[in-house]
Amino acid sequence: MAAPRLIVVGAGPAGVRAAEALVQAGLRPIVIDEGRRDGGQIYRRQPDNFKRPYAQLYGSEAAKAQALHHAFDTLKPRLDYRPETLAWNISGGALHVIRDGRAQALPYDALLICSGATDRLLPLPGWHRAGCYSLGAAQIALKAQACAIGRRVAFVGTGPLLYLVASQYLKAGASLAAVIDTSPAAPAAALPGLLARPALLLRGLGLIARLRRAGVPLLRGATPLRVEGDADNGADALVVREAGGRERRFSCDAVAMGYHLRAETQLADLARCDFRFDDASRQWLPAIDADGRASASGVYLAGDGARILGADGAEAAGRLAALAALHDLGLQPGAGQYAAEHKALRARLAKMERFRRGLALAFPWPQAQAATLPDEAVVCRCETITAGELRRCATELGGSELNRAKAFSRVGMGRCQGRYCGHAGAEIVAAACNAPVQQVGRLRGQAPVKPLPLDVEVVQ
Amino acid sequence: MPSATAIPGGRFVRLGETARRAVHLTVDGRPVTALEGDTLLVAVLANGGHLRHSEFGDGVRSGFCLMGACQDCWVRGAGGERWRACSTPVAEGMAVLTQLPEATWPRRD
Repeated sequence: MAAPRLIVVGAGPAGVRAAEALVQAGLRPIVIDEGRRDGGQIYRRQPDNFKRPYAQLYGSEAAKAQALHHAFDTLKPRLDYRPETLAWNISGGALHVIRDGRAQALPYDALLICSGATDRLLPLPGWHRAGCYSLGAAQIALKAQACAIGRRVAFVGTGPLLYLVASQYLKAGASLAAVIDTSPAAPAAALPGLLARPALLLRGLGLIARLRRAGVPLLRGATPLRVEGDADNGADALVVREAGGRERRFSCDAVAMGYHLRAETQLADLARCDFRFDDASRQWLPAIDADGRASASGVYLAGDGARILGADGAEAAGRLAALAALHDLGLQPGAGQYAAEHKALRARLAKMERFRRGLALAFPWPQAQAATLPDEAVVCRCETITAGELRRCATELGGSELNRAKAFSRVGMGRCQGRYCGHAGAEIVAAACNAPVQQVGRLRGQAPVKPLPLDVEVVQ
Repeated sequence: MPSATAIPGGRFVRLGETARRAVHLTVDGRPVTALEGDTLLVAVLANGGHLRHSEFGDGVRSGFCLMGACQDCWVRGAGGERWRACSTPVAEGMAVLTQLPEATWPRRD
């Protein structure tokens, strides 16, 4: 039998642990990484000529980051590692990739998609202005480039990343204008879930306490109203309404925003995987079984691109999905390893799933803020299309299904392909049509999942 | 015409790692200095307020996600190059253009 063709997409925590399990089973997988170096977003590596030690870069997660990087460095000679390579389509049992203008189709027996997540965004009037960034962007600027995104930075949104990035900025010596959380104090119902990972809960509470001690204005249950500024210079203030109703304006030249994470699911979609609506986070996610098997044959999904459990969950899910693939292909010794480990790995993931549900209750996606966004607010920041235009397309033109609304309005058709407007757009269309959000559907993934050059050489 | 110097010194603030070798580039013809290991995005925004002018006429842009997902930070080179600034390392002699008057579609509404 020919050597099995195994491909891992992504070199974050899930991808690295998946590749490791395959190599341990004596195989040589292809690893496709859009990044220049392994690590993914969470454990992104700084350039070679940067000197900051792990503890400074990754804080409490330094040991995990170092372990993951070390694992990959050790694996590298036994992998077909392809950095700076975009996986842009899946069709006919092959993954289509491109690097440096050279395109190639890679047939697979098993494809492990570890595509990760992006920030989940909610439009805010003025969010298209220069100086507005995702929370992830603010973190990357600091972690990978030792920069703050502005002289005075306001943080707005909800979820653990809000407090984590704000704390990292504080520690690095940046100036913080405010931290604005749309979630009120966590309801008691969130506690059992959050207690599934007590150390993580404590660490989060510690971050919040540190921000308070530093005197950073910290609002909970607030409603972001707008980013003020002008077309030539970008943002100059964030205006919010406090839970009590008072309006407050925070001068700043940068706003970092995000509402937890959004799974990067285009490749799963192009592989024709089934999706299901996740009520806890109000987003569509690819359907997988306990080990990460997708509905499409030979396709396995792990990490935040399939279920948003964070980095620790991604490491466990990556290993489990790879072992499941080896089991399904009947390849020893991997199949034996699957038999030995899968129950423990599943149990770890189940605990993290309980925590995820607790987080979703503590930091809910504020869908009402999308639904009630002013008509003049830009929803699609790629092409500056407003909420009013999207509502008109949904109600007057019959675009009550999200892909039709996209065709009429172009919301979801621009540069980002709906990554940053898609979830809010669905809420806006649903509210305008008085329909449950799952009924308006989801933006279908389209190839190419990111822009391709026109001048391409096809490699056999 | 807004200039890249509208924000003196630049939008991004360096908080460390400044003992790196200098790299020289131009932004709209203006010579600026960046550091080896910078992404093109950081190289430009450490020296000015924006990366490009929106083709839809709504003002300047400075990128958004920094992880290659939003595609907001594509810039042109004077030689016709296209660079995604957040994932392109800066290199000596790059000539970045932030304005492309022939490629704008200002919205009418």
